Amino acid sequence: MKKELKLKVNGQPYELYIKPKTLLVQVLRDHVGLTGTKRGCNDSSCGACTIMLNGMAVKSCSILALQANGCEVVTVEGLAKGNKLSPLQRAFLDHGSYQCGFCTPGMLMSSTALLAENPKPTKEEIKEGIDGNICRCTGYNSIIRAVTAVVKGEYKEAK
Amino acid sequence: MINDFEYFAPKTLKEALALLDKYQDDCKVICGGQSLLVLMRQGLVAPPYMIDIKGIAELSYIKDDKDGLKIGATTTHRAIEKSPVVKKKYPVLAKMETRLASIQTRNWGTIGGNVCHGDPAGDPLPVLIALGATLTMTGSKGKRSMPAENFCLDYFETALEPGELLTEIALPVVPPNTGTAYTKFNVIESDLATVGVAVSVTLGAGDSCQDIRIALGASAPTPIRPKKAEAILKGKKITDALLAQAGETASTEADPISDIYASEEYRRELIKVLVPRLTREAMANAKKA
Repeated sequence: MKKELKLKVNGQPYELYIKPKTLLVQVLRDHVGLTGTKRGCNDSSCGACTIMLNGMAVKSCSILALQANGCEVVTVEGLAKGNKLSPLQRAFLDHGSYQCGFCTPGMLMSSTALLAENPKPTKEEIKEGIDGNICRCTGYNSIIRAVTAVVKGEYKEAK
Repeated sequence: MINDFEYFAPKTLKEALALLDKYQDDCKVICGGQSLLVLMRQGLVAPPYMIDIKGIAELSYIKDDKDGLKIGATTTHRAIEKSPVVKKKYPVLAKMETRLASIQTRNWGTIGGNVCHGDPAGDPLPVLIALGATLTMTGSKGKRSMPAENFCLDYFETALEPGELLTEIALPVVPPNTGTAYTKFNVIESDLATVGVAVSVTLGAGDSCQDIRIALGASAPTPIRPKKAEAILKGKKITDALLAQAGETASTEADPISDIYASEEYRRELIKVLVPRLTREAMANAKKA
């Protein structure tokens, strides 16, 4: 039997009717239609599906969508303001922080959550912050460099 | 592929217990679901009814009082890791949490869910056992409590009866001159333990070992206390020779499996090495206490 799910995604309210077994990543990609969030390993190992749920980084493949009832979700599509990319997004671009790009949405969400909680992380803390995200191209150094650049204040919030 | 199920999200403990009474063995409790959903996707668990207790606010708390620390079952790993009182009074618990899976998993996953999953390789139980934790289970007929070390009966099997929920984890006040240490050996930092070892030592006169609790993870079908190894050290002035003997004994008390991560022999070797190492670390922590 389908159940009602009300949630906000990137500030936009949604009311959906879904099967209880539907995972949050499926709702975001298949129901809401935001495919920036990737479905990678599908068993909470890779972090490509990382989103922010009420401000916390979580793996959307490992949460029943109904558990997000009444919650606020931010996906990678919600990071930019209009066509103005967030500081982390711009830093990722400048530092070539992706190769195939599949891990990028998850990396951005984990880094965004990290900086929201701890605006001045050490290199070690940055590594810990993206510990749950796997880059199969092994491009970690450039990701760490990009986050470091934002921490150093080299990228300001777009006006 | 996850099978269809009927879903309930009670808001109070009372509502949850009524649902558990009604559906008994046909239902499965989900909280953070960080372990359960993995099993459901593999089709290993396919309950017709799911009771989601994540929204029961009354079960999410960390309370510090004269008897020790009380942690509600639906408290997230991340809340424990960040808790100032945990960091101050039970630093080993906060440190263990930082090594449990990833931040994402710790943000949503709960300590009660981890314990009830009954995975012998899980991080919290060895630490809770070393700290002398008591688990409280609640059913519609009332509550009962047991030491954390008695909770797991077999591989992924716990003492919870149908109709019961784990509701609280209680840690006693840490006695004076006591130190605890935990580590796990694994290949990738955020993986499950290949072997996990927690040791709590209380030092007596002349730095002798007045009391010791050793807990092993991923070393048997359930987390275990190698009591013969503890007996070797208890009441003695600890020497390298005694520690080596305790490690050796603990490795024979264990009953580890061989899997893709390590062979049985390798796990026994890890226990032999880690028990003395963690005992030394716990003693060093006790001296600082």
